[in-house]
Amino acid sequence: MTERAREHALKVTLLRRSELWKNAANRTRRLAGKKTDDAADAISMADDYRMLAHDVAKVRRLLPDSRAREYLETAYAQAHANLHRPAWHPGYAMLSLFRDEIPAVVSWLRPHIVWATALFILTVIAGYSMVHTYPDLIALFASPELIATVERGQLWTEGLLNVVPSSVLSLQILTNNIVVSLFAYCAGFLFGLGTLYILGLNGLMLGAVFAFTRLHGLDDDLFTFVVAHGCVELSVMCLSGAAGAAVGEALIRPGAATRAAAFQHAALQSGKLILACVILLVGSGVIEGYVSPNPVFPLWTRIVIGVSYWLVMIVLLNGWMFAARRRRGGS
Amino acid sequence: MILQQSGLVVDSVTGVDVALPIAGPGARSFAFIIDWHIRTILSVAWYIVAAMFYNGSMHINAPLSPDSAWFVYVIAPAAAIYFLYHPVWEVATRGHTPGKRMAGVQIVSKEGGAPGVGSLLARNVFRLVDSFPIAYAVGLVTTMVTRHHVRIGDLAAGTLLVYVHDGASLARYSADRPAENQLDATTAEVVSELLQRWETLDNAARRRMAQTILADTTDDDAVLRTRLESLANGGRP
Repeated sequence: MTERAREHALKVTLLRRSELWKNAANRTRRLAGKKTDDAADAISMADDYRMLAHDVAKVRRLLPDSRAREYLETAYAQAHANLHRPAWHPGYAMLSLFRDEIPAVVSWLRPHIVWATALFILTVIAGYSMVHTYPDLIALFASPELIATVERGQLWTEGLLNVVPSSVLSLQILTNNIVVSLFAYCAGFLFGLGTLYILGLNGLMLGAVFAFTRLHGLDDDLFTFVVAHGCVELSVMCLSGAAGAAVGEALIRPGAATRAAAFQHAALQSGKLILACVILLVGSGVIEGYVSPNPVFPLWTRIVIGVSYWLVMIVLLNGWMFAARRRRGGS
Repeated sequence: MILQQSGLVVDSVTGVDVALPIAGPGARSFAFIIDWHIRTILSVAWYIVAAMFYNGSMHINAPLSPDSAWFVYVIAPAAAIYFLYHPVWEVATRGHTPGKRMAGVQIVSKEGGAPGVGSLLARNVFRLVDSFPIAYAVGLVTTMVTRHHVRIGDLAAGTLLVYVHDGASLARYSADRPAENQLDATTAEVVSELLQRWETLDNAARRRMAQTILADTTDDDAVLRTRLESLANGGRP
């Protein structure tokens, strides 16, 4: 038998399997994106995958430029995706995220959190000192309307609920805070510099505004306004900064991994903390919309709310909220 | 054809690697533009309908002093449709959006499978960077310069866009019946494609192609088609 005849025979034999390919491709398409408890489906999927792999290898050699190859490659890729699709249990995934993964990320990011918090505190002090020493510098950090209001002896937050309803205020505030938090995280892509800039600028603004209100005898009022929501909101600012710093550090010092792999790892890991931050900011936005501008709440109530919510944050981030489930699972 | 495109090669337990053709900046932009139109139209449509309901008339203007109902029922859902379109679709369908389907692409992980929810959310959060400074300029440039044509969000999430050839069809290779005149694979594919497109082809063009394949000068379309079908089914022309 000549080589040419042998190859022709192999091609014919291979192409005679086209009905098997069609059946496998149809089954793959049917099972794509669907849940099934049928063991027969799972077995046939594994069999199809092996059969398609076998025939893809042959068709690549015997018929490299054919439609048969295109068809088989597509079916094989789809079967591969089906077979390697991870099981998706939303309830368990959420539990695992808050019980195990976020505490692990917080533990990993501890040095970043310490440094981000230190930077934030330093910039608050710097902003405060600058405006306290040179009051005109407030124009760098606050709008003319805000400055004029404070100079009239009023806080811009007074009568806020007469202008905007609580629900709208909450929605606006939490949206704005979430965007700032996401920016602080994403800006880590600029080798961490973007994150440092956002963190520093927010710290300077906070310090500057507190110094300016102190000069006009309104700092106690501002503290009263801020304390209920600020404990968590400012902590989340530092946490987002830490997440962004981790992304930046991965690009600066990738270690043994490639820069792209280190970036991906840092972004995905610290992204879990950002998800927790977003959830915390929703609660903080609700407090800022309903409690902070409402004069009905006395200072001690605001302090209790602020500190309690901050403790909830600590419990959540350390996984203590689901510790009982972990112990049960472990035993 | 798959072979001419740059591709992602994924190892498989079978020992035969999986080849996935990577979508370039063109296909990505095409998908994005379709999605952008869909979400803009949906968002604007919601605003118009909800504003008319709110105003109780055919006017869509915002009230002079908007109350919470205006924000909760008109503004917030319209904004949510626009800004959450991508993450919601991608998470719900594990890497598809209507625009991506129309462009024939889908998101996959670097392992060739469906990406996880965390990855899909991360690639959407990084749109903040990719959309800088305007019109996704950063994202577009990175898709042009990176090896796998990915934007920064994909780099962060470990995902990429590949072509999906859902419409790939198989020629009739006369598999089961005894072949009196077995066609070689290439001719079988040409015959099959010609028969599939027979009705849509120009009369003169399809007649010329059929005559070439059959080495015949018959002018009758019906006869030519019958003989091609016989050939495709493994019989004599």
